[in-house]
Amino acid sequence: MDAFKRRKLANAVVLLLSTAAALFGIMWLFWILGVLLYKGFSTLSLEVFLGNPPSPGDNTGGLKHAIVGQTLIVLTATIIGVPLGILAGTYLSEYGKNSKLANFIRDMSDVMMSVPSIVVGTFIYAILVKPVGHFMGFAGALSLAVMMIPIILRTTDDMLRMVPPELREAAYALGATKFKVIKDVVYRSAITGILTGVILAVARIGGETAPLLFTSFNNNFFTLDMTQPMASLTVTMYDYAMSPYEYWQKLAWAAAIILTFGVLGANILGRIMTQWKFKK
Amino acid sequence: MAYIIEHGLAPKITVENLNFYYGDKHVLKNISFKIPENKITALIGPSGCGKTTLLRCFNRMHDLYPGNRYEGKIILDGENILEPKYDLIKLRTRVGMVFQKPTAFPMSIFDNVAYGLRLKGIKNKSELEDRVEKALKDAALWDEVKDRLNAPASGLSGGQQQRLCIARAIAVEPEVLLFDEPTSALDPISTAKIEELVVSFRGKLTIVIVTHNMQQAARVSDFTAFMYLGELIEFNKTEEMFIKPKEKLTEDYLTGRFG
Amino acid sequence: MKNSKLLDWTFEKVSFASALLLLIVLFALFVVLYKESSLSIHTFGIWKFITSKVWNPPLEKFGGAPAIFGTIVSTIISIFIAVPVAIGIAIFLTEVAPPFLKTPVGVAIELLAAIPSIIYGMWGLFYFAPFMRDKLQPVIHATLGKLPVIGEWFSGYTPGIGLLTASIVLSIMILPFTAAISRDSFNMVPDILKESAYALGATKWDVMKDVVIPYAKMGVIGGIILSLGRALGETMAVTFVMGNQPVIPQSLLEPATSITVTLANEFTEADTDLYLSSLFYLALILFALSFVVIVIGKFLFLKKVER
Repeated sequence: MDAFKRRKLANAVVLLLSTAAALFGIMWLFWILGVLLYKGFSTLSLEVFLGNPPSPGDNTGGLKHAIVGQTLIVLTATIIGVPLGILAGTYLSEYGKNSKLANFIRDMSDVMMSVPSIVVGTFIYAILVKPVGHFMGFAGALSLAVMMIPIILRTTDDMLRMVPPELREAAYALGATKFKVIKDVVYRSAITGILTGVILAVARIGGETAPLLFTSFNNNFFTLDMTQPMASLTVTMYDYAMSPYEYWQKLAWAAAIILTFGVLGANILGRIMTQWKFKK
Repeated sequence: MAYIIEHGLAPKITVENLNFYYGDKHVLKNISFKIPENKITALIGPSGCGKTTLLRCFNRMHDLYPGNRYEGKIILDGENILEPKYDLIKLRTRVGMVFQKPTAFPMSIFDNVAYGLRLKGIKNKSELEDRVEKALKDAALWDEVKDRLNAPASGLSGGQQQRLCIARAIAVEPEVLLFDEPTSALDPISTAKIEELVVSFRGKLTIVIVTHNMQQAARVSDFTAFMYLGELIEFNKTEEMFIKPKEKLTEDYLTGRFG
Repeated sequence: MKNSKLLDWTFEKVSFASALLLLIVLFALFVVLYKESSLSIHTFGIWKFITSKVWNPPLEKFGGAPAIFGTIVSTIISIFIAVPVAIGIAIFLTEVAPPFLKTPVGVAIELLAAIPSIIYGMWGLFYFAPFMRDKLQPVIHATLGKLPVIGEWFSGYTPGIGLLTASIVLSIMILPFTAAISRDSFNMVPDILKESAYALGATKWDVMKDVVIPYAKMGVIGGIILSLGRALGETMAVTFVMGNQPVIPQSLLEPATSITVTLANEFTEADTDLYLSSLFYLALILFALSFVVIVIGKFLFLKKVER
């Protein structure tokens, strides 16, 4: 019976250790979240959202330029990345199927999803910023789009392949062409899934800083011109946090909480949609 | 409205007014009967009748998942195994189980069979070898695997894997062995081998077998319990039940009128 | 009729082109990075660049060793810290946690994986670095610093910013990712397999170590390798707290640099062709490193799990 006692003891020890590990891990994460909430909320004000960029040493000013810049950059990235990703995913699911090329593209898109984001930034710098001669908001959008395409491609591919073949066959039986079948039947049955993928992809790239550092760069003035350097919440956070001015550091925390809520909000929305889709 | 035979044999497991709830669902309803020692008892009934649920009460498998509640008693050798303090780990070394699908662990054939023995604390190598060999012989698998005991168990066929699981279960010399539709995933030849095995244990240990296959129950068991919608409708000697069922529901089921 | 056929044809070709575009971009990434770094490659060679410890922009001397060292060491340390904790969390989530905790803790872990990495970096700079300086550093000096041979790695006084600080922040950053992926691997073990071990009288820990972990091994290793890839390429969580000193430090407590830190800090300041080209060279090395890691993790380990 000794063996029983020993095993039970080992069991108790490990269960305790794993609980401790969980607590330990979660403690850090709560510390970070707690700081973010505390610092973020204490600095949030209307001024933060609407104020013009602060000058060095100023104690007033806000993040309007960065919020608008961030929105423009992410929106442009979405406009470029989503159609390309969906089309590519459609090719894999509806045309390429399990061909060698299609599987190779699937594998490579997994690889591309894990390419360090800062490397994507250097790439866009080389092909766009360097030839043109200056940073621009569009370049930032392009690097985010490059990161977005593989994510959308994979979710679209997965979602379309979940559409039962009988549905397609039924449409073909009515004499529809392939394009019509895809447009009217396949897309329609997979729309929630595709949309969820898009939202999750936006959440994923929306918080990226590294690919914007040397593409859209930063701009301490409000602009809507995508061909000029453009502020984003993330790069502004980086610059302000590193600055010696206390007020700027405060604004960095305000930017942090706006960004985090935006990203987490999109993420939660995506999750709810997934739940909703699979409950149906 | 139920016929439960008083067989007069020594009971190994006595079920008294057992009710089982899964969340709000009342799955087993007031079940009482005596499972005789060293005999083979089959549990039959249409799917969803609660036969597997009942089987999993005997080694308290339900306790792995939340939301279960037992009422009543299951008495094994005079002790109520539903007592909250009852040691589940010891219970499960006394009551073995073979599942619907082969469940070879990701380790070698030898280690699979030795697993339960090692859990019991047996470390002596020659003792382990002896008992693994005996278990594999009892499970009629020895000749097929004796040359590759160290090969991964995943390389065996489905039927062989199932016999490996039986060897694993009997290696620890349980007093009761539960079978949960052990042949439902197997071909007819493998099924026949498993049935032969089950029959070969008669008189050596108490067996409870759940099956959806009435012929199987008729072929292997001494006693049969027919369940329907969570209730025990009839418990009788197998031959009597199959020749002349006492309850109308049993007759309907056995003659294929439903299920 | 003719119109719809044309439409069909066009749609197929356009979607095909989009799929091909992905391959083109990936290929272009390699080619462009190689082309941009070729000046530096020709000037310094491969072996010399990797091993040279001198990174001195004013003198136009560029060696990648400090950055590569920092990247590899911080990645390894962060994996060593994150993996045991992540597996502990995964065990907790699959076997230990009572059901009412399972879902909220699981969701919390997944949401934490979604928090932008720059948040981790800012927290590291403003909160963890002072904590490191005031609280952890004395403890490290008194314990690890006293060990023979490796004690030297944990010596020295710093303002809390350095290689070890960056590694710890990095480990916290990848923790939710590693935990979530390990939990998913554990969850792939069929219930019936776990039940049959329990049916033999196994304890939870017996089932974990003898059935769940061996069964999920490939998935967990694959997940760890993917976490490694993440840590390699992570920029913002480490940029704030690494210290940006282009040296190979004597002690892990001292400021250092990494490939991503160097790129983030110096890319926009590179004023000569050779400087910029050397930065591209570092980016190329990082790309190649993470490419190899991903391919190993994805195709050697995780592919076997899917099949």
